[in-house]
Amino acid sequence: MKIAVIQFPGSNCDGDALWAFREVLKVQVDLVWHEQASLGSDITGVVIPGGFSYGDYLRSGCVAAHAPIMASIKRFAEHGGSVLGICNGFQILCEAHLLPGALLPNDQGRFVCRFEELDISGSSISFPVMDPRLRGEDRDVDFSLSIPVANHEGRYFADAATIRELEKADLIAFRYRHRHPDGSAKVNGSVASIAGIFGGLKKNILGMMPHPERACEKILGSDDGLMILNAMVEGMR
Amino acid sequence: MVKARVQIFLKEGVLDPQGSTIHKNLERMGFEGIKDVRIGKCVEIETDGGCRPEQITKMCDDLLANPVMEDYEIHIHDGDPR
Repeated sequence: MKIAVIQFPGSNCDGDALWAFREVLKVQVDLVWHEQASLGSDITGVVIPGGFSYGDYLRSGCVAAHAPIMASIKRFAEHGGSVLGICNGFQILCEAHLLPGALLPNDQGRFVCRFEELDISGSSISFPVMDPRLRGEDRDVDFSLSIPVANHEGRYFADAATIRELEKADLIAFRYRHRHPDGSAKVNGSVASIAGIFGGLKKNILGMMPHPERACEKILGSDDGLMILNAMVEGMR
Repeated sequence: MVKARVQIFLKEGVLDPQGSTIHKNLERMGFEGIKDVRIGKCVEIETDGGCRPEQITKMCDDLLANPVMEDYEIHIHDGDPR
């Protein structure tokens, strides 16, 4: 089992992702430069970390979505490989059409960096094995995850038909708990309060704006993110 | 020489926080009668003349604009697009 953490010019959460998987979860990790033509054959999971790839030029993630390594990541994801995109990684997955929708500037116009409470949406979350606390059937309704967001373009947007499809297919992974009366997220205006979604034939792709790798040890204020990272690792076994 | 100017705006109905902030500020400055302000992007592409309009459209679809949230307009001119 080995995870590839992808590095683009401007990635800045690659070190945190490396720490979380290598030091906390004791998983082998390779840092993979975006100009590499392919992932190694021994890679069993891919993490696209947060940051400002290519300076967020034009639109967040749009240049990275066409980087040389992306063709290999697309093939890997299409064959059911686990892919986690965090923050800028989520933006890149949307721009690469591996996930539907797009991330727009936050509705209040500010960069937001704070802990948010996340509800686990849908019947169960995938990857495909999950901490029992996160499984639909066993879950306490009040249970939420405390994980920080840190972004300027975190407002998830997709048209109404796409949102209905996501809901029907049980692909909404996380929603921000605090919502406006119209259902959008208080933190950034995300439609249907969406913080993260699944994609791929086996729900093997997860994109999320909050940073689980920044909530993987108690000393960081929360270790709730570990459940998500651990689910990815368990899913690769 | 052929220049293409691509204007990209958020789709109608998609909230544009920059536009609404500038709208409010213009009103605060005393400008009246403003219905809406939208902020977009402008991309200028200079070609050697061998670039076909369909290629500019493909550039927009593949990279310059995101059809999920944006619309674009292409203006092609010989020389100065202004």
